[in-house]
Amino acid sequence: MGLTNRSVGAHAVDTGLVIEKQTREDRVIALAGNPNVGKSTVFNALTGMNQHTGNWPGKTVSNAQGYCRTKRHSYVMVDIPGTYSLMAHSAEEEVARNFLCFGGADAVVVVCDATCLERNLNLVLQTLEITPNVVVCVNLMDEARRKRIRIDLGALSRRLGVPVIGVIARKKKSLSALTETLDRLSDGAQTRPAAVRYPEPVEQAIATVEPLVRARVGERLPSRWLSLQLLDPDETLLSEADRFLGCAFSEDAALEHALASVRESLLRQGIDSERLKDMIVSALVGEAESVCTAAVRRERETYGAFDQRLDRLLTSRATGYPIMLLLLAFILWLTITGANYPSQLLSDALFWVQGRLTELFHALGAPEWLHGALVLGVYRVLAWVVSVMLPPMAIFFPLFTLLEDAGYLPRVAYNLDKPFQRCCACGKQALTMCMGFGCNAAGVVGCRIIDSERERLLAILTNCFVPCNGRFPTLIALLTMFFVGAAGGAAASLWSALLLTGVILLGVLVTFGVTRLLSKTVLKGVPSSFTLELPPYRRPQVGSVIVRSILDRTLFVLGRAAAVAAPAGLIIWLLANVTAGEANLLDHCAAFLDPFARLMGLDGVILLAFILGFPANEIVIPLIIMTYLSQGSLLELGSLAELRALFVEHGWTWVTAGSAMLFTLLHWPCSTTVLTIRKETGSWKWTALAVAIPTVLGVCACMLFNAAAHLLT
Amino acid sequence: MSQQLCLNDICPGQHARVCALCAEGAMRRRLLDIGLIENTEVTCVGRSPGGDPAAFLIRGAVIALRRADCKKILVCRQ
Repeated sequence: MGLTNRSVGAHAVDTGLVIEKQTREDRVIALAGNPNVGKSTVFNALTGMNQHTGNWPGKTVSNAQGYCRTKRHSYVMVDIPGTYSLMAHSAEEEVARNFLCFGGADAVVVVCDATCLERNLNLVLQTLEITPNVVVCVNLMDEARRKRIRIDLGALSRRLGVPVIGVIARKKKSLSALTETLDRLSDGAQTRPAAVRYPEPVEQAIATVEPLVRARVGERLPSRWLSLQLLDPDETLLSEADRFLGCAFSEDAALEHALASVRESLLRQGIDSERLKDMIVSALVGEAESVCTAAVRRERETYGAFDQRLDRLLTSRATGYPIMLLLLAFILWLTITGANYPSQLLSDALFWVQGRLTELFHALGAPEWLHGALVLGVYRVLAWVVSVMLPPMAIFFPLFTLLEDAGYLPRVAYNLDKPFQRCCACGKQALTMCMGFGCNAAGVVGCRIIDSERERLLAILTNCFVPCNGRFPTLIALLTMFFVGAAGGAAASLWSALLLTGVILLGVLVTFGVTRLLSKTVLKGVPSSFTLELPPYRRPQVGSVIVRSILDRTLFVLGRAAAVAAPAGLIIWLLANVTAGEANLLDHCAAFLDPFARLMGLDGVILLAFILGFPANEIVIPLIIMTYLSQGSLLELGSLAELRALFVEHGWTWVTAGSAMLFTLLHWPCSTTVLTIRKETGSWKWTALAVAIPTVLGVCACMLFNAAAHLLT
Repeated sequence: MSQQLCLNDICPGQHARVCALCAEGAMRRRLLDIGLIENTEVTCVGRSPGGDPAAFLIRGAVIALRRADCKKILVCRQ
């Protein structure tokens, strides 16, 4: 869900990383670690930044950087994607490996999960092969203590040969030992990293190749590690190494000859590429196990009784799905109930300001067109966006983030994997859909957590069926106005929450349907294999989640509103006030679209608003209001009831509202999402399909709905 | 006595030890990454509402695996 400028702005589209040092003395520190060990929390605590954190694997999908200053040094911290290994099986692993090898990091902090140290050590051992300047940061020491896992950090440090620091990343103070250790490393403290012993045939092969490799690369790259990789090389590693060294390093006659002979000798001993990988991994896992036996003592089962009971409740056959639905409905209910009052308050305040602005313009004797363009155009659209859009978001997202923080989202993916399997897709698509609630562009980027290319495309193409940040409030407003009645009260908000849950379910069903359709047609294939980690439940960091998600989102929504809604307001005002012939341009456009829009149960103005809302879905409703208002009858809009009156005056019925909601759920993705899809798929063909599918579906659904409604009434 | 089974035959609450991996390519590497080498102890801790995937405790972490993939993990009951 990481909905910040960083995750959906220009940064998201550009995944390349250029290290930006603030001074020449800045040292570059890479933060590595398994997925979901609190790397981003450590990163945030060290840099004071607010990279989004969440309790599920795969949240960080590209490198992020921030700055950290200690007493003696200043550092550029680079948060690299979480990986289990550096063998480059997936895109993230490749990013991580390439950065550790060739990214120019002065040191690496490997963040580990104290409750699951053994598996984390696999990555630590692999990192030690690449660079000696490693600090192992064992995070979640508090969770480990709670689970009665005792970790002897000293023994761990002796076995690994590098400093090992225990921290609780949520508590900033506990990180001081980490920064002190980094300072000591920067001051030249030496480490003696432990090397993993591989089975004899592999060691012999390394011994043969390593001198030749060292002669070629010197100290610039780790020769033992590189030799091991060369026994079974992959193309990207070789080309990256060539680029790093500035020469075709592997094209050396002596080296090529030596490699050919050792590969042949390995084959003679029955060690092919697959077997070699097995041996390497087994040696690493075995070493991790042995280190852990020496340093970790468990006084209780890891998968505690509490987690077990909770999992039984949240994922069992009888209660898994109902609880999921209830939670969704409950969150939506809280959102709708809670948003009413602040929405009213904001709108009153902002329109009071509009009145004062108007007075100011008049007092200054500003021309009427300037007042119209700036106040009635730009300001009023901005005010609408803020008052209608902001409150629901400021409630929905903290609640959703709490669930995320607690570790519920992977359970959603776990529960929904079966239906996705039926659609020949991946259960992790459920995670990307959850991110889509925040922002579809972020959801599309998040699809990188899906390994299979085909399944990733399925997830990207269907992500916009989940209503995002910008569309949610539109749905809520339309629902409240036309389907709940102006009665208000607890029953009404409960009813609108249920209806909204229904709309989201419809989106989910469409996702399943389209995914299935695609996997039977253009993206044929069988479901690929799937491993999903279900992390232990954690107590969510309530305070910081609420503060952070409100602040981040407030700033983000305001920023985006200013960037998109303001010019759109200006354009609308101009269209409404520049006349050609009898009517203004807006009426011309609306009239042109009207016949087609009527077929869909909408009118020309609504369709036009959706089209002009391409840069950001937030502005659809404000655009509709602006247009209606410009067509005469200027009234002061304070509440949803008055808004409803305006809409009804322009011919809205429940059918119009229903069609508008359907079209809100099913229409082309916004411009940011489209650009992100282009970037992520690397193809305009898939991008076009991603636009065409929801558009065609939306138009058809609206027409069907309209026809059916007219038949019924 | 140990008999050869696949991971699907392990019901929630039961333990087993990995004898061999029949998976190939990417899946094999992924299974190795999560620590499923020979002799690793695995405990089934539950099944999802649809019955597939199931969750397994592997080296201290709970990992969900699909039925089709479990078929390729041969285990011995302890």
